[in-house]
Amino acid sequence: MSALTRQRLSLALIWLALLTMPYWMNAVGGYTELGTRVLVLGLAAMALNFLLGFTGVLSFGHAAYFGLGAYGAGMAIKYLAPSTPLAIVIGVVLGTLAGAIIGALIVKLRGVYFAMVTIAFAQVFFFIAIRWNAVTGGDDGLTGWHRHALDLGFGKIDILNNDKAFYYLVLVLFAIAVGLMALLLRSPFGRTLLAIRENERRARFLGLPIEQHIWLSFVISCLFASLAGTLFALLSNFIDPHALHWSQSGNFVIMAVLGGMRSFWGPLVGAAIFVVLQDYVSSHTANWMSIIGLFFVLVVMFFPRGVLGMLRRKAKS
Amino acid sequence: MSLLQVQNVSRHFGSLIAVNGVTLTVEPGELRAVIGPNGAGKTTFFNLISGFFPPTAGKILFAGQDITALPPHKRVIMGMARTFQITEIFPELNVRENLRIPVEIASGLRLRPWLSKSADARIRERVAELMELGGLTEKADRLVGELSHGDQRATEIMMSLALRPRLLLLDEPTAGMGDQETYDISRLIRRLHKDQGLTIVLIEHDMRVVFNLADRIMVLAEGAVLAEGTPDDIANSEVVQAAYLGKAAA
Ligand SMILES: Nc1ncnc2c1ncn2[C@@H]1O[C@H](COP(=O)(O)OP(=O)(O)OP(=O)(O)O)[C@@H](O)[C@H]1O
Ligand SMILES: [Mg+2]
Repeated sequence: MSALTRQRLSLALIWLALLTMPYWMNAVGGYTELGTRVLVLGLAAMALNFLLGFTGVLSFGHAAYFGLGAYGAGMAIKYLAPSTPLAIVIGVVLGTLAGAIIGALIVKLRGVYFAMVTIAFAQVFFFIAIRWNAVTGGDDGLTGWHRHALDLGFGKIDILNNDKAFYYLVLVLFAIAVGLMALLLRSPFGRTLLAIRENERRARFLGLPIEQHIWLSFVISCLFASLAGTLFALLSNFIDPHALHWSQSGNFVIMAVLGGMRSFWGPLVGAAIFVVLQDYVSSHTANWMSIIGLFFVLVVMFFPRGVLGMLRRKAKS
Repeated sequence: MSLLQVQNVSRHFGSLIAVNGVTLTVEPGELRAVIGPNGAGKTTFFNLISGFFPPTAGKILFAGQDITALPPHKRVIMGMARTFQITEIFPELNVRENLRIPVEIASGLRLRPWLSKSADARIRERVAELMELGGLTEKADRLVGELSHGDQRATEIMMSLALRPRLLLLDEPTAGMGDQETYDISRLIRRLHKDQGLTIVLIEHDMRVVFNLADRIMVLAEGAVLAEGTPDDIANSEVVQAAYLGKAAA
């Protein structure tokens, strides 16, 4: 079997599994909502990985854009109009705009400095969500709203009461988002991002305005992270400041590294492991995070793809 | 008009003066070698020309335009390409991809989220041409990080050529190479210079390569120009022999 056929086969298997998930989830002890969570968090982790795995830039504050998407969606329904599509659009615009502005301020930073500043900005939004009680619901989260049936003109899809219908709405948006990311990564623009990841100095002296390209990658990443955020809020008809917390940012990084940040689908796998472990282990012990942590350490130790790559480049320079 | 005019540039690092009032003019089609002992300031001089950092004093003109304050990528777009003393490549991409990236940049496609079939075909053709010229065709699908030192150097040179530069700056292209590889790279450089009329400035320690290729030679020592002239001038210069060739022979 050639590499290409193997690649096509695994791609077909991934999509087949996702398309049929609501129908076998119960048989393996899950439930539809769990599958939807995997998609939503998987999308967020894949969005982060667009930046981390394919541009080589670590954001430790992606909860900001995820959370802004979530709050934007919830607040749009609560304060503006009872429309699910509007909620999604507003959440995505909010998260992407914030990403564009913050991105422009930080693209000159590198490595740990970049990561630290992204955390700092995310914490700003976290505190706003907690303090601005009257609008955000503060600590208790934003309640008193829910997603609404999709009105297609010729009929309605009840995504509110029908778990499966909502799953498929999420899957459609997931597919579009993931398709766009895959397309971008295969384009000349995508290759410039790989170039920056591989060797920033070489890329700069081949004529790339590095900051402009990192900014674009950051904004694209924030766009899809905020899309995931809107779906996250719509999934539980609720949103609280946890979605903006730095630990949420950390979870996205864990998902990406766990699944493999050099592979396009890795973060989805990481998210699936994360969500399932969280669901199963947390029903037995409150210490589920230490299980995840242990698992994370084992993966990094025995599949040190990223670490090895780093060392190899160190040895050369 | 001269292609490159470096006017009295200096670069300080704290109290160290790495480049001290150097002036250099390079004519179109010329192959100029820059030689000098270790730490003479040759690489720093290249870094000033290519915009790695700004000079502390002096002025640099490229094709008649003042580029002293221009960032590196703008100099590249104007037609200046360089290689590094320590090879700078994209190690985890294959040869084809390493070359494809600069070809796409040079074609003004760097922001394109898609490619038409015909544009894609044109780019593949150009990449194939560059691989052929660099003797890399058989290694097209190998990761560059896994190639021999010589092939990595060749890849880096071809990446710079992919930009269709007017001026190529090569920082010790044969450093760390065996005789055969040195010969191959020299032959490649000669072809670029003679067949394609490319203007090249070359830093090199291997005197066989220098005297074989260069039209003119500039000798740097302790940041300043020690001598300048044709290979014959330099070979017969007593200052150079005393300060540099003598030391190398000892
Ligand atoms: N970025 C820098 N910061 C501080 N000092 C530097 C820097 N770059 C170069 N130097 C110093 O400037 C001097 C000239 O260095 P440079 O690398 O230009 O020499 P060179 O002629 O290229 O030597 P070699 O033949 O060994 O490559 C050296 O003393 C070096 O330590
Ligand atoms: Mg040097």
